[in-house]
Amino acid sequence: FPGLADVSISQDIPVEGEITVPVGSRSPDEDYSTLDEPVKDTIMRDLKAVGKKFVHVMYPRKSSALLRDWDLWGPLVLCVSLALMLQGGSADSKDDGGPQFAEVFVIIWFGAVVITLNSKLLGGTISFFQSLCVLGYCVMPLTVAMLVCRLVLLAGAGTVSFIIRLIVVGAMFAWSTLASTAFLADSQPPNRKALVVYPIFLFYFVISWMILTFTPQ
Amino acid sequence: MITCLVMYLFAEFDDAANLLAANPDATTISIDEPVEIPKNQHSRLQEPGREEDDELLGTDDSDKTELLAGQKKSAPFWTFDYYQTFFDVDTYQVLDRIKGSVFPVPGKNFVRLYIRSNPDLYGPFWICATLVFTIAVSGNLSNFFIHLGKPTYHYVPEFRKVSIAATTIYAYAWLVPLALWGFLMWRNSKVMNIVSYSFLEIVCVYGYSLFIYIPTAVLWIIPQNVVRWVLVVFSLCLSGSVLVMTFWPAVRDDNRRVAVATVAAILLLHALLAVGCL
Repeated sequence: FPGLADVSISQDIPVEGEITVPVGSRSPDEDYSTLDEPVKDTIMRDLKAVGKKFVHVMYPRKSSALLRDWDLWGPLVLCVSLALMLQGGSADSKDDGGPQFAEVFVIIWFGAVVITLNSKLLGGTISFFQSLCVLGYCVMPLTVAMLVCRLVLLAGAGTVSFIIRLIVVGAMFAWSTLASTAFLADSQPPNRKALVVYPIFLFYFVISWMILTFTPQ
Repeated sequence: MITCLVMYLFAEFDDAANLLAANPDATTISIDEPVEIPKNQHSRLQEPGREEDDELLGTDDSDKTELLAGQKKSAPFWTFDYYQTFFDVDTYQVLDRIKGSVFPVPGKNFVRLYIRSNPDLYGPFWICATLVFTIAVSGNLSNFFIHLGKPTYHYVPEFRKVSIAATTIYAYAWLVPLALWGFLMWRNSKVMNIVSYSFLEIVCVYGYSLFIYIPTAVLWIIPQNVVRWVLVVFSLCLSGSVLVMTFWPAVRDDNRRVAVATVAAILLLHALLAVGCL
């Protein structure tokens, strides 16, 4: 820099300051190192985050907590428990039974990925994992419905139990769809909202169908 | 010397003006306006017998739409933006295309009317997905209703149907257009043809023509054979007419009625497949 060779800084102007680049918001984690904290604290922090998201799904309000701090623990737990509960269905031959564990797993995860890709291709502003997180957490009402169905089926498998199961599964399906739509619809361009909501509807419909048609041995 | 240069330049301009006076229809390029192809020049190239082709194909401004369509997909195929151009549709456009496939207007080409500028992959993909699950669900339900009341019947969910239906329908919706596109390209190289559809447009037509099968599959739950066969024939006619009206101009010059018979045969096979799944 030849032009600066003759620039001199006068002695009465102090040249000092911080070299570090200021970060926008400092999360409380950086105030102390998380390496030294007890394991219980680490686990409880993650569990509390997961629990908070479950509460958000139960009472869907427009909050950004579900979107901002995404995690996939909740969806994994829900998916595994749903797939496990769908086991043990009756089958005369292998071809006629209900979905196997792998089929449920693949349908849920592959379906969520496809819906996320679809919404991003249509011009959505939500990120990939945020969308997976929302879709996974909103499977929770259907997992509750599966639990209720299994309990009802313990009592008997007649027409009355079918009607109860139908009502429960229908209500939970509506809840899931509305909850996920409440979180995801805002991030879409306004004239394509229906194009994004329909695959979500199809996704939860298929899961509800698998739950409703579960017949025990 | 400068006057000589000026005289030379004036001579050049004179020549150009003379040329222009001789042929007033010639294309002139000016820097401010975009190049315009004069319409009268284009219409002189067409034969009078091709007027109904214009309605079906819209060759009067197809050049411009081809240019515009070609300008859209400029992103390289490994970027996300390239695939985003295939999903550049709004809700009302998708609904219009579905309506166009269910109520085919005689004489109007589906591709020309709805898709020519903008083939999309949203419709074909999600219509196929819906059809897969609809066939599986309604097949299961119709089995249940047929055997309702028999004491020895034990309900099973029959989930394998979903995998079979998915493989069949996605193979039909992608491989048949691929074969048809290859066939049309091959014939185009032998016979000079005005019409050529891109692969995506053919996929689009096939995808949207499958839409009529969704309500048909739902209504198949009714356990009356007569009703079922009437429904299958009716939906076959509707989606068949959409496909025929799309592809007839492409193969008519070829004197090959076999191609239309092929389309009809494909649809028939597909209807039989749907029946088999159900």
